Amino acid sequence: MPNLIIDGKQVEVPAGTTIIQAADKLGIDIPRYCYHPALPVAGNCRICMVEIEKQPKLQIACYTPVAEGMVVKTNSPKVIEVRKSILEFLLVNHPVDCPVCDQAGECKLQDYYMEHGQYDSRLSDVKVKKEKKAFSIGPTIMLDQERCILCTRCVRFTDNITKTHEFGMFSRGDHSQIDVSKQLDNDYSGNVADICPVGALTDKDFRFKCRVWYLAQTKSVCPGCSMGCNITVEWDKSRPHQHKKARVMRLKPRHNPDVNDYWMCDKGRYNYHFIDDNRIQHPQLKDDFVSWDQATDTIVTVLKSIQKSNNTNRIGVLASAQLTNEDLFVIRKFFKETLKGAMVDFRVPEGPGEKDDFLIKADKNPNTAGASSILQADADAGEIVQKAKHGEIDLLYVFGHDLVKLFGKETVEQIAKKVKLFVYQGSNVNATCSYAHLNLPSSVYAEKEGTFTNCQKRVQRIWPAFLPLGEAKGDWEIISLLSAKLGSPMTYQNSQAIFKDIAATMAPFTEMSYEKLGDKGMLLK
Amino acid sequence: MEKIVSRHFGQKNSHRLENYLKDNGYEAARKALTQMTGAQVIDEVKKSNLRGLGGAGFPTGTKWSFIPQANPKPKYLVINADEGEPGTFKDKYILEQDPHALLEGIIITCYAIGSHKAYIYIRGEYIKSLEIVQAAIDEAYKGKYLGKGIMGTGFDIDVVVHPGAGAYICGEETALLESLEGKKGFPRLKPPFPAVVGLFGCPTVINNVETIACVPPIINKGAEWYAKLGNEKNGGNRLFCISGHVVKPGVYELPNGTTLREIIYDHAGGIPNGRKLKAVIPGGISAPILTPDQIDVKMDFDSLKSIGSMAGSGGIIVMDDTTDMVWAAMIAARFFALESCGQCSPCREGSGWVYRNVKRLNEGHARPHDLNNLPGIVNNIGGNTICAFGDAVTMSVGSYVSKFRSEFEAKIQERVCQI
Repeated sequence: MPNLIIDGKQVEVPAGTTIIQAADKLGIDIPRYCYHPALPVAGNCRICMVEIEKQPKLQIACYTPVAEGMVVKTNSPKVIEVRKSILEFLLVNHPVDCPVCDQAGECKLQDYYMEHGQYDSRLSDVKVKKEKKAFSIGPTIMLDQERCILCTRCVRFTDNITKTHEFGMFSRGDHSQIDVSKQLDNDYSGNVADICPVGALTDKDFRFKCRVWYLAQTKSVCPGCSMGCNITVEWDKSRPHQHKKARVMRLKPRHNPDVNDYWMCDKGRYNYHFIDDNRIQHPQLKDDFVSWDQATDTIVTVLKSIQKSNNTNRIGVLASAQLTNEDLFVIRKFFKETLKGAMVDFRVPEGPGEKDDFLIKADKNPNTAGASSILQADADAGEIVQKAKHGEIDLLYVFGHDLVKLFGKETVEQIAKKVKLFVYQGSNVNATCSYAHLNLPSSVYAEKEGTFTNCQKRVQRIWPAFLPLGEAKGDWEIISLLSAKLGSPMTYQNSQAIFKDIAATMAPFTEMSYEKLGDKGMLLK
Repeated sequence: MEKIVSRHFGQKNSHRLENYLKDNGYEAARKALTQMTGAQVIDEVKKSNLRGLGGAGFPTGTKWSFIPQANPKPKYLVINADEGEPGTFKDKYILEQDPHALLEGIIITCYAIGSHKAYIYIRGEYIKSLEIVQAAIDEAYKGKYLGKGIMGTGFDIDVVVHPGAGAYICGEETALLESLEGKKGFPRLKPPFPAVVGLFGCPTVINNVETIACVPPIINKGAEWYAKLGNEKNGGNRLFCISGHVVKPGVYELPNGTTLREIIYDHAGGIPNGRKLKAVIPGGISAPILTPDQIDVKMDFDSLKSIGSMAGSGGIIVMDDTTDMVWAAMIAARFFALESCGQCSPCREGSGWVYRNVKRLNEGHARPHDLNNLPGIVNNIGGNTICAFGDAVTMSVGSYVSKFRSEFEAKIQERVCQI
């Protein structure tokens, strides 16, 4: 393994590593536009040039492999001079209209100009006019050719990652432009806005909605399917009066080389409006809002009478693989241990969804693997619903499922008539809510701390971005309220305490902890 | 002086196989295929001091020896007949007047490097050349000089002609390969060099037309004979294309090392109408311009390099004292702005910026800072790009400013042309 020195720091890296990779390993940030670690090297922006001892010309760090004994300088006067000149060239035809550009604040031209440019303009020419400004190139993305610095990241993304080949570089010289040969309409189109270092490709869903400096970032995992792509929830931290009070502005993929690399699908990316829209905000008994105390009393009264008559097998629970491992552990503890004999399952007949051979999985739940290993369900969801329909169940407790969509309106009407208490606990309003006797508002994933287990059996953490909306509570908190009222209080202060218990009692989770899971997760044993 | 590459120029139907055969045609190929090994051919070419005549002047035999013979992939020979350098028109003469010399050179080169397929990438505008070369190839196939088991030997070779689509940059060897592969003509990052990863990812030799046309005489008459024709490190003769303000413009075959003065005054007849020489570009528009006091330079790769210019493609452009040098600089800058491929930022944005700057100077609309900034802007392009095009912008446009600065200043001060 070659040893080299970059800016006085020694590093040992495998042969074939490029200088920019070695510098990244040392935490030395070499400026870059065209280089992206997940794409083939193009070497066209020339901003990453560094000085290598004993070489007369500067070399591009993104393409030059390291060699034993190499001494690299990333901040010598020569390097700084060239970096300035490259920025100057890139800005020759780039409109400096940052105040009206949506990329401002996360634009690499702005950033590097402030860090490395700062020269007096030598331009006295009219800039080259290009044809397409604010031009729609597909359902998700807008193109501005004048803002483009022709790094070709988008071209390489659609050539090498999606292999859909929409983008190309056309014309010559300073009339060169990026354009599409067909509509940019693939399942991963939103990623091109992420990798575009400037304001040439912007996301229709996000543009002009919120300046990026108002955004807070919270690490999370996409709940859209069992892949569990690592994401960042970006939300407006300081202006709750904006955007009809919506908090989440966009989702961005978060790098995890073992799961989604740098990418996420469009379905997942734009699937965040439910976090703020159409939420159940208050406990509701029939037509009336009630307090949490009244709501839980209602359930506990029914549970007590069931316990009294030794009819715990007349409790049906439809848990969900949308819940966290912690939620499911508490559900199991309450319904299968405290209330021995209750029928619990999470596997509702949803049918497989769309899938591909990249990130999109047919199972649209983020925690099926976790639900299987934690719940160890021995009942059958279909049977529970049938029993409820025929009045063979006294309490039906549903977590988030839309039974109307799954089993039909008539079945749910029957259930509402036959079952003593029909509880719906979920975050959003659906058709089932109007039939349930009691609706309980629960948190969405962005309001929760916990873990999901993806299809690779990787346990990954999610973090709460903000407080639950309205009176909503975490699913496990609601169950632990019930447990306390029933006389078996649980001692969990937070989800970390639950996870500790999971790790201590369930073999596949042995030796796991929130600290150990970190950002990237751990595989089940 | 004995002419080599141009020996058939001007003869009636010199492009026909029957006429080529009358002058010992294809005998060099027969000799190589039947009496020599590939390694011997490469050795002979190395000893001849033949250097790449497209402009870079790289020793040809050495280039061939870089082909990794152990590589199981097919090997290719690509002939660069894109001849786009302004002031250069020598390859056109070979293509149209002696195409069989090129084909014979191709056979010998392919044999030497172990290739069985050659591509001739011809500049798209050379329609007549394309037709003549294709006709010559057809004749050669008929006469069993191309195809399977040529000339009764066991050697197979196919030659394909590919027309370019009008981009100067496709004369850059790796851009040419991209274009030949059906892609946009963008120069590649190097290394790997084409000898290792070239056309379709296979080992490839790329040579200029004239270079390959020199190969059959070398094999026929021997490396020593050829090496003696030139000077120490530049074997043989060279085709010089002379244009601009001279009495007899055209293509002249002269030994490497002939002085520029001899070429202009003895061969091309000097400057017409008794005018004086003002400037001369010695090797195509990319070569830094020379002033009259520099024309005693010997026209070979090393001598021109030593005075800060280059031999390039052998395209000599002569300018007399009626030439407005700011205007000439603008013409050069416009060419680079139009032909920059647009791949890397300094050249893409810089060539246009430089052109607009020089244009403003030429039109008398510039202010002093435009001229003061120009050398700096020009210098920031060269050395910072993927291919040598950026260097050409720097060297070429930069030389007009440094050598004729007073003319640029006059345009600013008086807003009129001095001429």
